[in-house]
Amino acid sequence: MTGSDPAPAVTGTDEHLSPRITLEGPLVLQSGVSLSPVTIAYQTYGALNADKSNTILICHALTMDQYVAGPHPSTDKRGWWDALVGPGKVIDTNRFYVVCSNVLGGCMGSTGPKEINPETGQPYGLQFPVITIRDMVQAQARLLEQLGIDKVFCVTGGSMGAMQALEWAHRFPDRITAAVPIAGSYRHSAQNIAFHEVGRQAIIADPEWRQGNYLEEGTTPHRGLAVARMAAHITYLSEPSLHRKFGRKLQDRDSPTYGFDADFQVESYLRHQGYTFVDRFDANSYLYITRAMDYFDLAEESSGQLANAFKDSPVRFCLISFTSDWLFPTAESREIVHALNANAAKVSFVEIETDKGHDAFLLDEPEFHGTLRGFIEGAATSVGLGSANKETSSD
Amino acid sequence: MTDAGTLQNASAPDRIRVDLQLVADQIQPGSRVLDVGCGDGILLAYLRDSKQVDGRGLELSMARVSAAVRVGLAVIQGDLETDLENYPANAFDYVILSQTLQATHNPKEVLEDLLRVGRHAVVSFPNFGHWKVRLSLLFRGRMPSTPTLPDQWYNTDNIHLCTVKDFVNLVNSLGVTIEAGFALNGKGRPRQYGATGRLANLFSEQALFVLGRPQN
Repeated sequence: MTGSDPAPAVTGTDEHLSPRITLEGPLVLQSGVSLSPVTIAYQTYGALNADKSNTILICHALTMDQYVAGPHPSTDKRGWWDALVGPGKVIDTNRFYVVCSNVLGGCMGSTGPKEINPETGQPYGLQFPVITIRDMVQAQARLLEQLGIDKVFCVTGGSMGAMQALEWAHRFPDRITAAVPIAGSYRHSAQNIAFHEVGRQAIIADPEWRQGNYLEEGTTPHRGLAVARMAAHITYLSEPSLHRKFGRKLQDRDSPTYGFDADFQVESYLRHQGYTFVDRFDANSYLYITRAMDYFDLAEESSGQLANAFKDSPVRFCLISFTSDWLFPTAESREIVHALNANAAKVSFVEIETDKGHDAFLLDEPEFHGTLRGFIEGAATSVGLGSANKETSSD
Repeated sequence: MTDAGTLQNASAPDRIRVDLQLVADQIQPGSRVLDVGCGDGILLAYLRDSKQVDGRGLELSMARVSAAVRVGLAVIQGDLETDLENYPANAFDYVILSQTLQATHNPKEVLEDLLRVGRHAVVSFPNFGHWKVRLSLLFRGRMPSTPTLPDQWYNTDNIHLCTVKDFVNLVNSLGVTIEAGFALNGKGRPRQYGATGRLANLFSEQALFVLGRPQN
């Protein structure tokens, strides 16, 4: 609600949904496939300044969407980064123009497997081409071009959002001032690919999935998608945080039932996570987006040397990791830092002490928020976007 | 404190600790500087604001790194003995290493690496040749514990202590040029005598050297 800006060409169907833009011309994907038309749904917060220099692009994670702040249209929750984004907050929408688009392949209005394939008049389903992180970023770059934004002040995001921020810095170093990849990596690890494969197989094994044609056939692979979500959700937490939250406590009962009911609170919690997820997420999108993450490897793209990915980079980087994140552990952020050091790039790196696991990037972690605020402030000052009181003096 | 009171990265204080000021005085304005063991970034912030230095920092303590990043500095958490090697040659005009050389496992390699990454190195260290240190061992028969070196033998980080003379010998053996040297008292104020002589080795609590690459 806060300043979502409907000014540019809106082709959205539902009033309450985000504005959408159809990219001019096809999008040539990393796989070589030419995809057209491509529509991107996005949200904006705050106002673009006169010289169009105050954009912060936020890249969302696997199961998030463009609703970063304010009320979410299809859940009763607030946006996934509502704690960070808003007037006077760490990403201050009084000063910055925040853009977040639903990723290519997503299911919240951007072109993806659940949208209609113009060639068949049916949902794409598995006819949708496999996409990559690079394709997502290309789509974002084209969106920004069409919004008239040539230079982005800062690109940030957590998890898969961090991958996109790194891809931005790699591919468009002259179009961004700063990049803040949070709880991310330059490549998806074997363990992470393995977890994704469990999730995908759960979906594919659900008879309601119907070879991906569930939308035409009027079914929903909700069991498979829920199991995928449950398995993934465990990887977003940590053993200490699960123990603190649930321990071995029983759910609404005093003794075990000696059956397969959700006796334990942790089981009940996971089931709830799974069931609520299927209401807001498309199973095929889950297949495609997890695949995009699996294919991501910036080192391989750069002749095996990650340092080559950031050759003479003018971008100011701030990497943030979390001690208890075992999905994207600190060591992977540190490898990026080393690659950036090899280019003597301007890089800050902080590992935040927390027991909340990978999900910490979504939670209220004062040390994390303080670090991000300080970095943004420093980078803003360096390009004359400094403090709020300077704003009036600009031109 | 300043008019930009809302900013956490408001300007660094106009005045800094006397020992840091001496280090800052060795740095040319507008140069590229790596501060190894930069703490919460006081010196880097001062160099940025008063000498327009393009600075980077490396710091072991996460709390201090966080504090430095919060004031807008490019500081990473890391260990100089494993992370310095990632930097390319000639990346910086100056590499600063304050009061840390004696705590490294391989001081010689560290010195060489400092002068690979930077064209100049600014290095300070406590002088183990100071008369109080000598007397402590001679008369008390105990490992020295002085105001400059307050730790006990079992809990000190200083595993490679040296005297000023030892340091100068090492530097000479590496062919490194001493571009400037200062004998310092316990507070880091320069003494009146030269940094490489006998007086310095006996009476200075610490020393600061600006080193240049071997000429060949």
